[in-house]
Amino acid sequence: MNEILIAALVVGGIGAICAVMLIAASKFFAVKEDETVGRLRECLPGANCGACGYAGCDGYAKALAEGGVKTNLCTPGADATAKQLAEILGVEAEEVVEQVAVIHCYGDCNHTAKKMEYEGIESCAAAKTLYGGAGLCSFGCIGLGDCVSVCPNQAICIENGMAHIDTRLCIGCGLCAKTCPRGIIELMADVERVLVTCNSRDKGAVARKACSNACMGCKKCEKSCPSGAIKVVDNLAVIDYELCDNCGSCAKVCPVGCILVSDFSGIHRYEVEKEPIAKEN
Amino acid sequence: METLKGFIIILMTSVLVNNYVLSRFLGICPFLGVSKKLNQATGMGAAVIFVMLMATAATWPIQTYLLDRFEIGYLRTIVFILVIAALVQLVEIVLKKYLPALHASLGIYLPLITTNCAVLGVTINNINDGYNFAESMVNSLGAGLGFLLAMVLFAGVRSRLESANPPKSFEGLPITLVSAAIVALSFFGFAGLVEGLFA
Repeated sequence: MNEILIAALVVGGIGAICAVMLIAASKFFAVKEDETVGRLRECLPGANCGACGYAGCDGYAKALAEGGVKTNLCTPGADATAKQLAEILGVEAEEVVEQVAVIHCYGDCNHTAKKMEYEGIESCAAAKTLYGGAGLCSFGCIGLGDCVSVCPNQAICIENGMAHIDTRLCIGCGLCAKTCPRGIIELMADVERVLVTCNSRDKGAVARKACSNACMGCKKCEKSCPSGAIKVVDNLAVIDYELCDNCGSCAKVCPVGCILVSDFSGIHRYEVEKEPIAKEN
Repeated sequence: METLKGFIIILMTSVLVNNYVLSRFLGICPFLGVSKKLNQATGMGAAVIFVMLMATAATWPIQTYLLDRFEIGYLRTIVFILVIAALVQLVEIVLKKYLPALHASLGIYLPLITTNCAVLGVTINNINDGYNFAESMVNSLGAGLGFLLAMVLFAGVRSRLESANPPKSFEGLPITLVSAAIVALSFFGFAGLVEGLFA
């Protein structure tokens, strides 16, 4: 009996001492955490996409609480989040430039073809290291879906051999743009935009051989543009959106049809019942 | 001089000959879990050294002055687990308050180590081997260094494995376990090292 008692007392005693020590320590050594961080964090969407430039939503909330950081950096949260954040911090709300990701390529299976059968790791980054991927075009979408796997909102799908972005679901975080090994995905202001759906810097004839949707660098668009916004650089039409007024004249004259006029004006977030943007001409 | 010799022998034994991970197979969980990247592996190793020393400093007196005195040595395991767990928590709280930088680098590993069997193993082995307090501390330091060594070595092996192309059925954990076994095999080469140290 006595042995059991001693054993129980010793273990119980050590346990009790440890408990008291831990309670005392948590009281005495308590670190005061800024309450605003928690409140700011609640306003953020929690996608941890990194569009704000910080390591996740926690990082952004902490940076906001420390001050000197703009409240409009959260593109997925858009204006509503910026307003809430500004309210908590007591500063004036700034408008968020909503963005969507767009793909500068339309080389699906109808337009381009494979130069080889690729049997390897199902990743664009890996495929790119092997003779520049399986496709004929060494600038366009590889179509193995690196962007699909990073998208936090399942806005991207691979269809007919290339990636498509559903701009209704896109939250504009830009993770896909960072991931794409070809760099064909770009973030664009969320309004009606003219878009060059090609990334090929090959010379006209070479590019056309690889893909029937390829920009040949014929400069027709350059001549037709009334505001001088579209220029052919390295055999590829590039639009300067500072100058572009979305008249669409370049799209009309393009003999290939690789310039599209698309409407991205806010539909990706608010009017989900609308049809997804058709990129087809 | 004799004590110093004894310390060196204990240290070499616990680092190389009886490496806690690669020869005694204790603490395999963090060894496989956190060895993917070198900086994480070294962080974990440093945390383990720290906790092993703290745990030994706390458990050796408890064994000697409490358990032995009341002749309840059979309670060693449960008491040590209790003390180590509480101790690590305490250390974490104190670190958070006074050394936030160290807490940020060790912080995520400390709770992981709480129930690490290598830590419990080293404290129990200290008692079983009949070490005195100083010898126990040296043994714990050696065990921690050995853990760090194993982690760093294996992080190197793993970074090579990343780019290897094993058969499909071996991908991931299986090939990691196989390579861990080969690394452990290489540590057999240290057997007999200590006997010749001062010969």
